[in-house]
Amino acid sequence: MILNSLFDSLRDLLPIILVIGLFQFAVLQQPIPNFGEIVLGVVFVIIGLTLFVQGLNMGLFPIGETMAFEFARKGSLFWLLSFAFALGFGTTVAEPALIAVAGEAAKIAANGGMIEANAESMATYATGLRLTVALSVGFAIVIGVFRIIKGWPIQYLIVVGYTGVVIMTFFAPKEIIGIAYDSGGVTTSTITVPLVTALGVGLASSIKGRNPMVDGFGLIAFASLTPMIFVMAYGMVI
Amino acid sequence: MIQIVIDLFNTLKATVWDVLPIVVVIFGFQLLILRKPIPHLKRIISGFVLVLLGLAFFLEGLEAALFPLGKLMAQQLTNPAFIAGDEVGRVLEWWDYQWVYLFAFAIGFSTTIAEPSLLAVAIKANQVSAGSIGIWGLRIAVAIGVAIGIALGVYRIITGTPLYWYIITGYVFVLIQTMFAPRLIIALAYDSGGVTTSTVTVPLVAALGLGLASTVPGRNPLLDGFGLIAFASLFPIMSVLAYAQLSEWSAKRSKKTLTE
Repeated sequence: MILNSLFDSLRDLLPIILVIGLFQFAVLQQPIPNFGEIVLGVVFVIIGLTLFVQGLNMGLFPIGETMAFEFARKGSLFWLLSFAFALGFGTTVAEPALIAVAGEAAKIAANGGMIEANAESMATYATGLRLTVALSVGFAIVIGVFRIIKGWPIQYLIVVGYTGVVIMTFFAPKEIIGIAYDSGGVTTSTITVPLVTALGVGLASSIKGRNPMVDGFGLIAFASLTPMIFVMAYGMVI
Repeated sequence: MIQIVIDLFNTLKATVWDVLPIVVVIFGFQLLILRKPIPHLKRIISGFVLVLLGLAFFLEGLEAALFPLGKLMAQQLTNPAFIAGDEVGRVLEWWDYQWVYLFAFAIGFSTTIAEPSLLAVAIKANQVSAGSIGIWGLRIAVAIGVAIGIALGVYRIITGTPLYWYIITGYVFVLIQTMFAPRLIIALAYDSGGVTTSTVTVPLVAALGLGLASTVPGRNPLLDGFGLIAFASLFPIMSVLAYAQLSEWSAKRSKKTLTE
């Protein structure tokens, strides 16, 4: 059982090992430095992936579904949406990838003369950006949960979102566009994704007339779309 | 050897810190609003502990083994001296970068297969669809999308064309595909854009983008280094929609041959 899942993790990792090994030997034609450390690292990655999948099925999926079910039974839209917002905001504001991107963005803004090039105004800019993205993810999960309850087809909302991104692209300062587009991808972390997915699927399964496949997915899609719009708006206002 | 254990412990501390807001939100709402005991609480807490431990091992292992090598490789491959080969000082054209495109494609594909959040979504989709969406089918479809996306994104950095041309064209393409795709897959396809880019993909891809933007003449790393993640989040949507259309089409065709 454990051996099986360790083997699965090894198989998941094999493509990366092959690609890096192949390029190192065949293309760059260089020996691998610190071979022992790399083998140990690979063992760590395999153990880690195995434990993660185990914990996913024991902890993250059940709690997401249980809470979705209980909120549906309680029947209070206000508390469900507050929970959705808190989950989106709370998981994003501390996201390390976002902190890194916000720091880069502050450098670009200082370089482009949008803000003063000193540590203080750059820190303010980065914090503002982080809060903006976290707000936008909270907002996205609220909209997404509301859609599941109403059973709206997801593509209509996505069309509206895409149109928003395109319109904002024409007005936003050129320097911010790359960061804004990327920020959509970095907001959803490894712990948020299973939780939010379980929440959506759980809600769609406990509301009558909703199909967990058609209605349950889609929360992550909103969480990667709204940050683009909000970050461009932030770039225009500052 | 000792160092890696210390690093592991530090990573674990950082992971706990990252998870704290999530735990506060979940247990806060559970205790104050829902006011219900959590069923199988012990099991769920052990699950959380396993996830934390797993992520710490995973991140530390990547940091010790794959990231340094992958990042170094991205730098070496984008180095003009390597690309020009024997003809030093020649002006490089976009087709001179064939190893970079191949590396971008391969690293996009392979990191996506190892991405834990994609695995989580694939497991869930497999459960919800009662097995009709295969875990591997979805992961490979997404990985192909990311691979194409990153290779194209690298081409964009090398040629210096504006990012939004690609993204807006991509949007139009996704919308057209949505009109013809089976209804069941649409939400999942949109989701797969966001889940592909996290722990494994982002650091390696960012290193590639930064390496290119700082060595290709006329590119500004601050401006052109970004945008690869956007490609990696857009193209899986197309590839998953295409995968669903293809499997629906082949199912229809085999049904047709059966009745004939």
